[in-house]
Amino acid sequence: MYETNYHRGSSVSEAASLLAGSDEAKLLAGGQTLIPTMKQRLAAPSDVVDIRHIAELKGISVSGSKVTIGAATSHAEVAQSADIANVCPALCGLAAHIGDPHVRHMGTIGGSIANNDPAADYPAAMVALDATIHTNKRTISASDFFVGLFETALDEGEIVTAVSFDAPSKAAYQKFPNPASRYAMAGVFVAQGNGGIRVGVTGAGSEGVFRSSEMEEALAANFSPAALDAIAVDPAGMLADIHGSAVYRANLVKVMARRAVAAAG
Amino acid sequence: MTSISLNVNGRQVSGEAEDRTLLVEFLRTNLGMTGTHVGCDTSQCGACVVHVDGQAVKSCTMLAVQANGSDVTTIEGLASNGTLHPVQKAFHENHGLQCGFCTPGMIMAATDMIRRHGSALDEKTVRQELEGNICRCTGYHNIVKSILAAAAEMGNAQQAAE
Repeated sequence: MYETNYHRGSSVSEAASLLAGSDEAKLLAGGQTLIPTMKQRLAAPSDVVDIRHIAELKGISVSGSKVTIGAATSHAEVAQSADIANVCPALCGLAAHIGDPHVRHMGTIGGSIANNDPAADYPAAMVALDATIHTNKRTISASDFFVGLFETALDEGEIVTAVSFDAPSKAAYQKFPNPASRYAMAGVFVAQGNGGIRVGVTGAGSEGVFRSSEMEEALAANFSPAALDAIAVDPAGMLADIHGSAVYRANLVKVMARRAVAAAG
Repeated sequence: MTSISLNVNGRQVSGEAEDRTLLVEFLRTNLGMTGTHVGCDTSQCGACVVHVDGQAVKSCTMLAVQANGSDVTTIEGLASNGTLHPVQKAFHENHGLQCGFCTPGMIMAATDMIRRHGSALDEKTVRQELEGNICRCTGYHNIVKSILAAAAEMGNAQQAAE
C-alpha cells in the first residue's frame, strides 16, 4: 500500500471539510473494498477520511412503512434488524449473504452503493425499492443515483448519509453467486410497492445495475414465475468475462427473476 | 507516524505506526503477537480474523489506526490461566487442526459465531458461516465438528450456570 494520511471524522460536516482539504482524499467507511484496492495499489488516496464512527450516519429506523438506514450501518446490522425484518425481510436476506460474516461486520450500505460495483447486491434492492439516497447536499432517487460501472451521481466531496424507502407489500432477492468470490453473477430483486412492480438486476448488466421494464410489465399483468417464460433477456447488454458469457448471464437473469418471484409469493 | 492505542486482550498497549499499517501488521510486528496469521493477504482466507469491539473482522483488511481506541481480542486472549477456551479445547479434542495455519482465524470466527447463534448452531449454519475462512488442508469436517461440540458445551455450561 502507498502512504496515506488517516483522518477520523466526528461529524458529517467535519468529514466533508476533511475531504475538501485534499484533492486526492477518499472516504473510508467499512473499507472492505477500499483497503484491498489500496493494498493492490489500484487506489492510492493521499488521505482517507474514516466515517465509520460518525453517530449521525448510524442506525435503522422504521416508522410505519418508511424505512431509513444510516449510511454507516453495517451489513450485519441490516441482516439482524428485527424492525426491517418486519416490513422488508428480503433486504435482511440480501444483507445476510453479502461477503462473509467478517466482511458483514465492517462493510456498510453507504459504502456499497457509493462504490456501485456492478456485482454488488444493494444497488439491485435500491432500484427495485425505488429508494431515495440522502446525501449531505440533497436527495437523489435510486434510479438517477446509479450511473454506470463504479459510477454514481455523487459530486466531488458529496457524502451519502442514509437511504430510505417505503416498505413493499412483497419482495424477494435471489442471486447466483460466483462459486469462488461469492459476488453476484446475476442478482434480481423483485418488489411490489405503491408505485407498482419493479425489478432490479445486478451482477449481469454491462453498465451495472438496471431495471427490466419488460419483466415489470409481464409481472404487473400476472405476478407469477410463469409470466416470465416468454421473456428473452437480450445478451447484448450483459457482462461477459471469464466467469460467464453474455448468453449465460442473460439466462441467469431470467432464472433468478423466476426464483425471486416465486420466493416473493 | 501516528500513535495507536488499543486494548488488546484486556491489556492497554500503544505504539507508533504509519497510517497505512494494517491491524494485522501492527499486532504481529509492533506488538510481537504472532498468533494472528496472514494467509492470503487479499481479504479472502480469514486466517487473520480477530475481534474488534466484540465483532469478528479481517485484520488484514483494516488499518491499525482504524482500530485506534478499540478493544481487540486475538487468539492469544482466549485461554485464561493456562486453561484452554472451550473452542480451543474442542478443536484439540476433535482434531480440528491439521497443519494449524488457519486455526487462529477459524477459532476466532467460531467464537464469534457461537456468540451470535448460541447452542442453536447447526451444521448447515456453521458451514455457511465459515464462508470467510479457508482451510488449505481442506479439513473442514473436523472444524465443523469442533465448533458444534464447543457450541453444545458452552450452551450446557451456560444452562448449568443459570
